[in-house]
Amino acid sequence: MTSATNTGSRARGSASLKHRLAERGVDTKLLLLVPAIVFALLLFVYPFAYGIGLTFQPLAGTQDQWGGGIFANYVAFFRDDFIFDSVWLTLRLALPAALFNVLVSIPIAFKLRSKFRGKRMLQTLLVLPITLGTVLTAQGLLIFAGRQGWLNRFLLENGIIDQPLQLVNNYLGVMLSLIISGFPFAYLLISSYLSGIDPSLEAAAKTLGANWKQRFRRITLPLLAPGLATTFILTFVLAFSVFPSARLVGDASGETRVLALMAYRAFSEQLDYSMASTIAMMMGVVELIVIAFVFLGRSFLYKGSTGGKG
Amino acid sequence: MSNSQLTSTPTPQAAPPTEVVNIVKNRNRGKLAPGEKSLVASPGTWFVWFGIAAFFIFLFGIVLSVLVDSLGKPWFNTWLPESFTLGWYQESWARFDLTHIIGVTLLVAFSVIVISVIIGVPASYVLARSNFPGKKLVMLLFLLPILIPPITFGIPLATVMYNFGLGRTVLAVILVNLVPSVPFVIITMTPFIEQINPSIENAARMCGASMYRVFTKILAPLLIPGILAASILVLVRTVGMFDLTFLVSGPSSDTLVVAIYRAMTSAGGGESRQLISSMGVIYTAMMLLILIIALRFINPTQLVAQVKDSRED
Repeated sequence: MTSATNTGSRARGSASLKHRLAERGVDTKLLLLVPAIVFALLLFVYPFAYGIGLTFQPLAGTQDQWGGGIFANYVAFFRDDFIFDSVWLTLRLALPAALFNVLVSIPIAFKLRSKFRGKRMLQTLLVLPITLGTVLTAQGLLIFAGRQGWLNRFLLENGIIDQPLQLVNNYLGVMLSLIISGFPFAYLLISSYLSGIDPSLEAAAKTLGANWKQRFRRITLPLLAPGLATTFILTFVLAFSVFPSARLVGDASGETRVLALMAYRAFSEQLDYSMASTIAMMMGVVELIVIAFVFLGRSFLYKGSTGGKG
Repeated sequence: MSNSQLTSTPTPQAAPPTEVVNIVKNRNRGKLAPGEKSLVASPGTWFVWFGIAAFFIFLFGIVLSVLVDSLGKPWFNTWLPESFTLGWYQESWARFDLTHIIGVTLLVAFSVIVISVIIGVPASYVLARSNFPGKKLVMLLFLLPILIPPITFGIPLATVMYNFGLGRTVLAVILVNLVPSVPFVIITMTPFIEQINPSIENAARMCGASMYRVFTKILAPLLIPGILAASILVLVRTVGMFDLTFLVSGPSSDTLVVAIYRAMTSAGGGESRQLISSMGVIYTAMMLLILIIALRFINPTQLVAQVKDSRED
């Protein structure tokens, strides 16, 4: 650790090599990185590689049913409508939910940027659902928006509707739960990206006579876009891997039979670890494809400084 | 009558001028000095407030109905239950052994925080300060666990753990939760470290301080706010983490979320609804406490980018 102080006494050859390496940034400091890398290799890379290997060891039953030798799991994944449809069911939930959360967060983050009374209170309330957790949100939705719940009761008694709305145990219920758990997260990220944009840029545009539409379109939006892309990706990851709410407020055998649910069933109910890994890996692949598209779109956008620090 | 007509007639005549004034005011809005407040009743503002209101109706509806449900005796077709009781809390506490479950939850959360800070902070220091060959690869290694759905690495990881005989133990739950937490600490801490002026460390090093002393005497005190922020976020994440914990935990190592889920989906139509609601309330109270403590230390909007406060101040 103290090598920097006593290199002078070492032989010249090794010192110069050391210096040359240090110039490229390789020095004892890097040792600090070792625990993290060892950790990542042991708990992330190794299981991941193991999981990939596992997908090529299908159970005999899978092989008999779908054929394809060591690729039987993949054959089953793409041929079995019951499994493959979950890809679409998952995307149908995750994409609109992530998009909605990001798009709605933008104007709200914008309006809450200026100072007014009770702003901190409002912000705290918006972030509050983070404490709820998916399971409690599900329970609350079942009680509040169910057939007997307050929401339907209020709408019925005021004559706004004459049939109770079917808000839970279907697609809509999962969507609501995704919005309630995803929106605070999206709002938090977007407002912090927004606060990273130097207000003097907008002020400059203002002095040049740009109205708010022009300022938004030409200055704020381009600066915010990379942040929006990141937020979209992170909210999408959250929504994509949803599964307790798909089971609890959704219709787990129909409209909301998401991939995570299928993977979990294969894992713990059918004890088919290789099929479970296959579905899990395919989930990762589908998600990485979506993320790749977002990054591709992002690469066309402005990537310079936002004026703010960091 | 005539009097009233006389008084009423001026108003329609007076109306146009005020409208004109309003229009002029609105026109001026766009050209006001940068410090001007922008809360104007434009359609955009209405949309925003409507959205927030709808969100809050759902939020409070959810929280309140769970709370009322957990306190109520039989509650079916009425606005409120017939009478209130605390019995559900006692019953769920005894039935699900919540002392044990909450103990496990806290044990897991604190172990995850301590380990991920010890592993993560030095790594984020290196990533913030030095440039070395392969840095991008290392960054990718730490980003992937956050970007990939938890189930994707959770299932192989759980399989490995069951193979090693670690399945359903508290250790397995801690290890699984570390996988997203360590990268999370690294990614939240890197900007914090970038803000610290390197010349402070260089000065210490000039005076002969070793790496270890630089860390303990210089960096650690400066990093305390960042470490607190990151640990609180890890705490919230770990207590709320369902997917990963669920895959490896068993009856004796369930955290509170998983225990609630198991109670909701247990065979035979699940447990009685009020029992689950009371557990849900306990869970939310716990999280709320954490969040309130957290908000004393960190501003929620300052986590990603360093904030330059707007000019209104």
